[in-house]
Amino acid sequence: MRQISITVNGAEHILDLEPRELLVYVLREQLGLTGTNVGCDTSSCGACTVLLDGESVKSCTLLAVQVDGREVTTIEALAGADGTLHPLQDAFHRHHGLQCGYCTPGMLMAAASYLKENPAPTEAEVRESLEGNLCRCTGYQNIVESILDAAGQMSGAKA
Amino acid sequence: MVATEPFVGRPVLRKEDPELITGEAQYVDNWTMPGMVWMALVRPPYVHATIDAIETAEAAAMPGVVGVFTAADLELGALPFVWPITEDIKVPVRYPLTGDKIRFAGDAVAVVVAERREQAIDAAELVSITATELPAVTDIEKAAADGAPLLHDELGTNVTVHWVHGGAGDQSVFETAPVIVTERYVQPRLIPNAIEPRGCLAYGVPAMNEWTLVSATQIPHIVKVTLSGVIGSEKNLRVIAPDVGGGFGSKLNVYAEEALALALAKRLGRPVKWIEERSENYVATTHGRGVLHDVTLAADEQGKLIGMKFVELADMGAYYQLLTPGIPELGGWVYMGPYDPQSYWYEFRGVVTNATPTDAYRGAGRPEATYVIERAMDVLARKVGKDPAEVRRINLHAPFLEATPFICGLSVDSGNFEPLLDKALELVGYEQLRKEQAARRDAGDVRQLGIGVTTYIEMCGLAPSNILGALRYAAGGWDGATIECLPSGEVILKTGTSPHGQGHDTAWSQIVADGLGVDPDKVTVLHGDTQVSPLGMDTYGSRSVSVGGVAILFAMEKIKEKARTIAAHELEVSEDDLAWADGAYRVSGAPDKARTIPEIAVSAWHAHALPDGVEPHLNATAVYDPKNFTWPAGAHVCVVEVDTETGAADIIQYIAVDDCGTVINPMIVEGQVHGGVAQGIAEALYEEAIYDEVGNLTTSSMSQYLIPSAVEIPHMTTDNSQETPSSTNPLGVKGIGEAGTIASPPTVINAVVDALSHLGVTEVGKPASPERVWRAIQEATTGSPGVSGGLGGATPAQQEGGTA
Repeated sequence: MRQISITVNGAEHILDLEPRELLVYVLREQLGLTGTNVGCDTSSCGACTVLLDGESVKSCTLLAVQVDGREVTTIEALAGADGTLHPLQDAFHRHHGLQCGYCTPGMLMAAASYLKENPAPTEAEVRESLEGNLCRCTGYQNIVESILDAAGQMSGAKA
Repeated sequence: MVATEPFVGRPVLRKEDPELITGEAQYVDNWTMPGMVWMALVRPPYVHATIDAIETAEAAAMPGVVGVFTAADLELGALPFVWPITEDIKVPVRYPLTGDKIRFAGDAVAVVVAERREQAIDAAELVSITATELPAVTDIEKAAADGAPLLHDELGTNVTVHWVHGGAGDQSVFETAPVIVTERYVQPRLIPNAIEPRGCLAYGVPAMNEWTLVSATQIPHIVKVTLSGVIGSEKNLRVIAPDVGGGFGSKLNVYAEEALALALAKRLGRPVKWIEERSENYVATTHGRGVLHDVTLAADEQGKLIGMKFVELADMGAYYQLLTPGIPELGGWVYMGPYDPQSYWYEFRGVVTNATPTDAYRGAGRPEATYVIERAMDVLARKVGKDPAEVRRINLHAPFLEATPFICGLSVDSGNFEPLLDKALELVGYEQLRKEQAARRDAGDVRQLGIGVTTYIEMCGLAPSNILGALRYAAGGWDGATIECLPSGEVILKTGTSPHGQGHDTAWSQIVADGLGVDPDKVTVLHGDTQVSPLGMDTYGSRSVSVGGVAILFAMEKIKEKARTIAAHELEVSEDDLAWADGAYRVSGAPDKARTIPEIAVSAWHAHALPDGVEPHLNATAVYDPKNFTWPAGAHVCVVEVDTETGAADIIQYIAVDDCGTVINPMIVEGQVHGGVAQGIAEALYEEAIYDEVGNLTTSSMSQYLIPSAVEIPHMTTDNSQETPSSTNPLGVKGIGEAGTIASPPTVINAVVDALSHLGVTEVGKPASPERVWRAIQEATTGSPGVSGGLGGATPAQQEGGTA
């Protein structure tokens, strides 16, 4: 067992872990943050995407001990503390950017990370940015529209 | 009084979304219980072998292991198979664990139960199987041939079923017609890949023999009936489908792991949970397609169809699952498409192979049928020298609004096909595209343009129970709805449908809102729990709105009948003096004297002054059994650019014009079309389950099986403005869940072939990977298919994996 300290959604946790434990299972089963889903075992689907120090990562690809001392943000903390939806969450709702919802937390976290890198993307750029996140329900079109809309809302809010 | 616009027809935003976008959804893997143990399956390292011994001692001694069980330890009954489609069908029976012989890679031989997930998985790897390996066969033609390795010795053959539609019309036309088209089409196996893998949790009250199974399933009601034998009581089994992360037919089944979790929960007296790993999903969850067709079209010199004949070989996999041989049969009723031939023939043989069982996959039989019809229609067009759109146009059945017999022997509810084709051609700019195509051909452009056109019909709304009975299906096709009007003015609807992404909560609320004069936000839809909503047949076959949705209408009629009696009593008028208008029963000539449903719900609840003979509480249940299927139709057009040097095909336009009857929520309908078309594009260009010579699945993970990402799937244009009402039901609805997947594969492949037809290419294969397309070009232009090496398949970007 090894002891690590991680900050998840603003709260610090000291955890004793087996070195082989994956971050996603620590989040889900030890911290009770079940919003992050597991869809594959080859880092292909992106359902488990979370933010590590603000950048998107696939939490099924990381050992929890690798994130010792770092900060993780999950879907549970994407909305404001008062429950106000993030513009991406709001846009996914308004544009029907989800159906079964299983890929959605990963899509939202990947998009949140990407829009920080590129606040005013083109449609093609949004599509490229999602290449690591698979959705089987939507055909992606409304996901792409949602992200483009949210980008507009977010840049408008800043202006 | 304020006249309200109907909610049906509006793009009402989904009430399902808040929990799904915040991470609060309750998929089965989020469920946990005190004392819960984990189950892991021991999958074999063989695809065909007789079992000599199973050694479990080492696994049983591992930390946290509660028990290791084999078939002999559990003695469970066979898994349900409910569609013996012929009298002489041979049934390859499936048990939850195999005890004698391994017949495919997912054929588990033992199950390990441990305190923790990883302990169960670790211990499962230590169970050793001693077996005598047998030659394996995964190719359907080889499996059907004399001398093939037999999977089930007791059946004496791998060809376990032969279903003959019976045909219609003069069968000699297939030899005598002026124009005969004969083609062979191969449609490989597909792996459904719902992004949520399967999983379940079984728990109960052992002393009462009461058990609950929470399962990522499309069919909680069917699971309950068919697995009740595991605990010895139907009334004591409750099945819950919690939030379910997609199904596409792969969760329209009753699986070994569900039976095992229940049996072990009962045996151990502890909650038992199992969550499928993706690598297991590839071998243990049903596959789709896997068929081979010989097609004959008979036509006149103008390309007018005279007869259509289809002979199919269908891969059943190693065993029958819930419906396996019924899937090709379902297709057997739509091989005429929206056309009007005078002769028809369809038959298929089902063949068992050393591969994962096949079963429903989005469209279930109808995509397979539509693919071969529409591919052959393009061949017919080339043969008679006509434009493919024109050949379809001259063959479309004339419009009709009432149920009309088609050559398949069933009556189609309504149809108006030609305007759909017109609309699709207009939206794509067909004539201009043909000019551009000609220009590129003349210029010898490296990137050639191809246009694929499909007109289709499908059969959904499963299903009239009497027809299901005639087809030897074990269950009915009805569905139920219970409505309770609460004294608060809110309404609870309990539906028998079991959504997993389709937005029933929202769409059903719209139907209730219009019927009862309440806001959709005042309606809560309960589903997916056999104890809460016991009357149902679940969600598959684009049946939910056209069966379950219609049941709501009939339940509302009963509510309103009772409400009218109470309203008349309170307003002191006769019931005949009341009319339903603008969300209330109003007195004729004095419309301000009125009672709304929420008002009447209060009266019915306190029951202080109800008319004689009227029971308290405003509630009603209806069970609706459709009289016919519903038959959506449409026209799709795909435009591709094919790079003649690399073989890569890029979709540059995709148009989907679909008539699904009355549209309840256009936003949801469009989303269903997007998803369906994307899955069909995946089928056409990327996805294929590939087995090697010895029967190993080589596309055994998301790294090798090419599920397209947002990069590969193009922007799509949809149109659902033509709403020809179904004559089957009073809502006029038809269904839209599968249309996209049914229409798009031939549309895309025909576009690819069309781009290359001037080079002499007539076939590229499916999926039309760059390698396959490039070889087809080489063969057509040089007479040789190029150098050998490598598997077919494109390289979508998601193969790179890694961080997002």
